[in-house]
Amino acid sequence: MAEVRAEMVANVWKVLVAQGDTVEDGDTLVILESMKMEIPVIAEDDGVITELKVAEGDVIQEGDLIAVID
Amino acid sequence: MFESVLVANRGEIARRIIRTVQRMGLRAIAVYSEADADLPFVREADEAIPLGPANPAQSYLDAAKVLEAARVSGAQAVHPGYGFFSENAGFARAVIDAGLTWIGPSPEAIEQMGDKINARNLMEAAGVPVAAGTREPVTDLEEAVAAAAGIGYPVMVKTAGGGGGIGMGVAHDEAGLAKAFEQASRAASRFGGTSAILLERYIERARHVEVQILGLADGTVVALGERDCSVQRRHQKVVEETPSPGITQELRERMLAAAVRAGEAVGYLGAGTVECLVDADKQDFVFLEMNTRLQVEHPVTELVTGVDLVEQQLLIAAGEKTAPSVAVRGHAIEFRVYAEDPKRFFPGPGTIDVWVEPSGEGVRVDSGYAEGNTVTPFYDPLMAKLCVFGRTRAEALERARAAVADFKVVGPKNNLPFCAELLEHPEFVGGGYDTGLVARMRA
Repeated sequence: MAEVRAEMVANVWKVLVAQGDTVEDGDTLVILESMKMEIPVIAEDDGVITELKVAEGDVIQEGDLIAVID
Repeated sequence: MFESVLVANRGEIARRIIRTVQRMGLRAIAVYSEADADLPFVREADEAIPLGPANPAQSYLDAAKVLEAARVSGAQAVHPGYGFFSENAGFARAVIDAGLTWIGPSPEAIEQMGDKINARNLMEAAGVPVAAGTREPVTDLEEAVAAAAGIGYPVMVKTAGGGGGIGMGVAHDEAGLAKAFEQASRAASRFGGTSAILLERYIERARHVEVQILGLADGTVVALGERDCSVQRRHQKVVEETPSPGITQELRERMLAAAVRAGEAVGYLGAGTVECLVDADKQDFVFLEMNTRLQVEHPVTELVTGVDLVEQQLLIAAGEKTAPSVAVRGHAIEFRVYAEDPKRFFPGPGTIDVWVEPSGEGVRVDSGYAEGNTVTPFYDPLMAKLCVFGRTRAEALERARAAVADFKVVGPKNNLPFCAELLEHPEFVGGGYDTGLVARMRA
């Protein structure tokens, strides 16, 4: 199981996956936006998205859980 | 002369404009979003009007709200700063139609230069050198591929209406072009401006050197020296200096003369910047774009000329005759203190627990924040501009090292460690650097 957490305060601009999706290492899960920069959040494991904690438009804090891949 | 100025901006530039407005005995009116209510520029203005939510579209970029703020506060002039509405001809027109003074060039000049394709064609006609590139908007990938084949790789892909490096990408081959084109298209639709895209020949080892011009009320255009902005990450400037250590006096004179011609070609009024790319080996240059506004890095020009560019903008907008000095003495360097990590340059907003600015001879700090403020993710990462002046470049570098070491920021991530690293880097210290320097430092 791998937890994907936010590296910085940001707005969630795009959510590219849904709970239950199968993803591979390197897939983009969500795209964050902070200070006029787009920051893709990448899967670092193969697996299934068992939890997806963010929605487009959310403001998230550093360390917040974005998704769990199992 | 108008008696009050609404500053339609935020952070360090709002604060810097307010300072000159007040020094001239005029009333400064700030506007601010919910996220910025505690920032110094709101407190320091003579009057401050809330605009609404943090999202720029609902505050700083909501023209109706900004114009209403001008009406209720009795503002007689509007200064747009940089970014936001500064290069928006429609907003400039709305300000003028409301019976207010627009502190900037005419809406027509903004339009002519705001479209980078049009600007390029106009400059070519005025005898200013331009890079090989597209003369019409490129609307799809197929056209882009055909155009790139004609120009020759590598090519730079950019949006005709974009600024600040947003959406810009270099392509070395057709696969890279597809990616860069997609990125530019996306940026064009997201960050406003037109969706038109242009391609230009990319110069691999180039310096980014720009000329500050002032279009005076009597119709003449003067050049106030150049700024070298070659220290960039993600095509955005981090450090700027003047004079440029990478051009000869002969090239400088040619560039300044071309910049004056560029301004004259559009009947330019007020402060503007003609950006060029310099091939340092060949000592040659091409026009890149013209920014029809005050530039972030304007303080380095102020430090070596003694001219207050904001004061000039206000006087020129009021129709006053001015005769700014064009004599340059000494050397000035600006460091943009960004809320970002110093290794990957990723955003690092946060609350400022400690904020201690350096001071001393030859040190100027234009900051937008104070201790206790929060740097939010809604706007650009610029927290402050640390500027130093010295009689020589060596003295400016020495003062910069001390000032960077004395600047204490705790809370948000910041790039001061990068600035310190740069000041010890042989390429930067030697002066022979180009726009690839930061990438090489992080390779």
